[in-house]
Amino acid sequence: MSRAIDRDSQRFKKIVRGKIRGDLKKYVTQGEMLGRKGRETVSIPVPNIQIPHFRHGQKGSGGVGQGEGEEGQPIGKGGRPGEGDGPGTAGNEPGRHIREVELTMEELAEMLGEALELPNIEPKGKDEISASKDRYNSVRRTGPDSLRHVKRTYKRALKRSIAAGEFDPRNPVVIPVREDEEYRSWTTRPEPQANAAVIYMMDVSGSMTDEQKGIVRTEAFWIDTWLKKQYGGLQRRYVVHDAVAHEVDEDTFYRTRESGGTRISSAYSACEKIINRDFPPSEWNVYAFQFSDGDNWGEDNADCLAKLADDILPHCNLFCYGQVESPYGSGDFIRELRRVEGEHDQLILSEIENREAIFDSIKEFLGTGR
Amino acid sequence: MPFSTHRPLPAEIRDLQNAIEAKAREYGLDFFETVFEMVDYDEMSMLAAYGGFPVRYPHWRFGAEYDEMMKSYSYGLSKIYEMVINTDPCYAYLLTANELADQKLVIAHVYGHCDFFKCNAWFSKTNRRMLDQMANHAARINRYVDRFGHEEVEKFIDRCLSVEDLIDPHLPFATPREEVARQSEAARKRRETAPPADRFEAKPYMDQFVNPPEALEERDRERKERDEAARDTRRFPERPERDVLLFLLDHAPLKDWQHDVLSIIRDEAYYYFPQGQTKIMNEGWASYWHTTIMTQFALDPSEVVTYADHHSGTMATSPQRLNPYKLGIELFRDIEERWNKGQFGPEWDACDDRAAKESWDRDLGLGREKIFEVRRVHNDITFIEEFLTPEFCAKHKMFSFAYNDATDYYEIASREFEKIKKQLLNSLTNHGRPVIRVLDGNYRNRGELLLGHDWGGVELRQDWARATLTNLSNLWGRPVNLETTVDEQPAILFCDGEEFDVTPKSPRGARRRRDGAKQTV
Repeated sequence: MSRAIDRDSQRFKKIVRGKIRGDLKKYVTQGEMLGRKGRETVSIPVPNIQIPHFRHGQKGSGGVGQGEGEEGQPIGKGGRPGEGDGPGTAGNEPGRHIREVELTMEELAEMLGEALELPNIEPKGKDEISASKDRYNSVRRTGPDSLRHVKRTYKRALKRSIAAGEFDPRNPVVIPVREDEEYRSWTTRPEPQANAAVIYMMDVSGSMTDEQKGIVRTEAFWIDTWLKKQYGGLQRRYVVHDAVAHEVDEDTFYRTRESGGTRISSAYSACEKIINRDFPPSEWNVYAFQFSDGDNWGEDNADCLAKLADDILPHCNLFCYGQVESPYGSGDFIRELRRVEGEHDQLILSEIENREAIFDSIKEFLGTGR
Repeated sequence: MPFSTHRPLPAEIRDLQNAIEAKAREYGLDFFETVFEMVDYDEMSMLAAYGGFPVRYPHWRFGAEYDEMMKSYSYGLSKIYEMVINTDPCYAYLLTANELADQKLVIAHVYGHCDFFKCNAWFSKTNRRMLDQMANHAARINRYVDRFGHEEVEKFIDRCLSVEDLIDPHLPFATPREEVARQSEAARKRRETAPPADRFEAKPYMDQFVNPPEALEERDRERKERDEAARDTRRFPERPERDVLLFLLDHAPLKDWQHDVLSIIRDEAYYYFPQGQTKIMNEGWASYWHTTIMTQFALDPSEVVTYADHHSGTMATSPQRLNPYKLGIELFRDIEERWNKGQFGPEWDACDDRAAKESWDRDLGLGREKIFEVRRVHNDITFIEEFLTPEFCAKHKMFSFAYNDATDYYEIASREFEKIKKQLLNSLTNHGRPVIRVLDGNYRNRGELLLGHDWGGVELRQDWARATLTNLSNLWGRPVNLETTVDEQPAILFCDGEEFDVTPKSPRGARRRRDGAKQTV
């Protein structure tokens, strides 16, 4: 039975969600969510969902309390002296504490998608790839005891004993024999599934500071969240590079700090290797994201463009290059890429000046629906 | 509703109720019939969210409160033991999961509340059929929701709730407005029909000489002019109006359904007001009776520890928060003791001898009688005003605290009796909320609303004041102004629903710069 309070509760949750949607940009850019990575749900603090009244402010306010203490002794921090109501407290209005709401990552991704007007991705290879799935939807005459279908077995035994004239209603004992037994059985069904792989590449040369890495991390988190919602299974690979490239795990990806020069082509080689090894492009939707401050060793540029055009772009759904602004980098590389941008649909370029720009950058990357 | 439909009480609880009820009557408590219901925590939270009533109008705020209560219960932070509503018969809810000792305690406590509801003067004007009334309100608002849409109605309710506390707590006890109007009308008629007092008595043939017509005409004209001038300067409302909601109901351009919704909110605000007005007394009185009944009658020896634990939990004090249960029960006990020993009256007041005062005992035995009288006539403010003594403050280590702007801390301000009492009374006045009145419904002759904040030393919380003013101007349909104090200077807050403005209060007649700009638009 649906109760009135459930309706009011739903209503409240809807308002909270609306509030989060309104402030989504704040949550996206501040990266608070990162600490909650890997969990099903996140709790988001939502202040200010309350009805305003005329109330006294703090200045000049006071109250009466009970207990030990000298004059001038502090008894509580401003803003929240004594929670809850009661006379003599300055903060006697309810709802002072910040409400927290639980959202699933899925919902959050959906909000992000709505806010950025991200199109749903039409995965390729949906028909070619299949995962099999078992469903228990039939019976057969043999099987393990753990799958025995008791009801059917009993029915058959009952029928047999009645037919044989052994059944006595006053003493209704039915003993199944081997022939009566039926077992649950399954059918295997192929289910089309689209798989996606994300390869993140990041420049860890000396010119990338922690601030830039923070931006990359936040952006990568939201890209992950969105793609995870779009695809059943999402595989991730991480590559760091300075003059040489290494494939690393996620943790190392964000922590590594090198001081060498920069040779972006090394990362492209590593990327190509990963694609060929793990993700045959016919079966996988491959996404590559590269983050750098745009400072490349000059002679390497030509090499990069050739590799990109020949070995990587043809295999990717998207290749996104995000250039974070760094106080040290020259930021030349994006200009090199701009020259070939028109030739390749998969290539997306974005400049991320600061945290604020993350929001728009995500839109640039994922707004194509590929 | 899934509950409150004749769920019989378990036999043992029913027996308890009967025994405790009989005992309570024996002590002289006077209450309406009381109906107990057993509910689980989920239902209790729901009832608590609805302010004790099973049926309320739809609004998200109830959902928010329910959510919060369920959460804080499931994390073990809080638990609602009991709830009782002021109706005839009284309905009270018991938590199924409580052990028997708790049930006894709650039942005894509830009878204290029921007696208070019935006998305290400040509750005398409340609607005792509020259960029906609330359901009626819900039905009406549900109808509007069906007709005008959820969003629309909810948005309007939000606005009304934002100003729901702008009511006049003394209005229920005032002469009804119609009566006042009738009386003043009658007085005016009497004045008009009475022979002009400024006419000298004279024989008819001498009249035109004793009372020359020209002079009379002159005087009549002057009087008429004076009356007209008075009418022009007459303020609207004539006197500052505490009941802002009533003023809005009478004069704001509301649609019929909006008018009805606002009147519902106002109705419920008046219903709940006395409970805030008598929090200390009400809880103190109920606690007094649960201890009395439990310790003298109902408690089983095996339950003593549980009882003591839960009672002391309820009475716990903390430096930042005055516990109304504790303050109330101790004051009632103090009064009882003083009147038992005769520690009152001119003789007691005049006595300066400390030793004599300490051993003062006239053995009058008037205590019980006195506290029954106190619970009948007082509310929290008069209760504190009348019965808080320096000895009491010292004994209970009371102090006043104040906010220190420089450190952002609340600090102990004083242990002097006068200051404590003043601070306590201040924070009880209007529940510690600012007092706001309607000063002018046609401010600057432009149909704007002017409100005044009775400055009591504490400024308004600005962000909320803004939001509330915005809501008010939406209700009023024209800009709203509020005379208050900002940064220790008199100022007027102005809000036209979108824009917001603070100006220092200017002398009367002087116009603010913004006006000129606005007028040319």
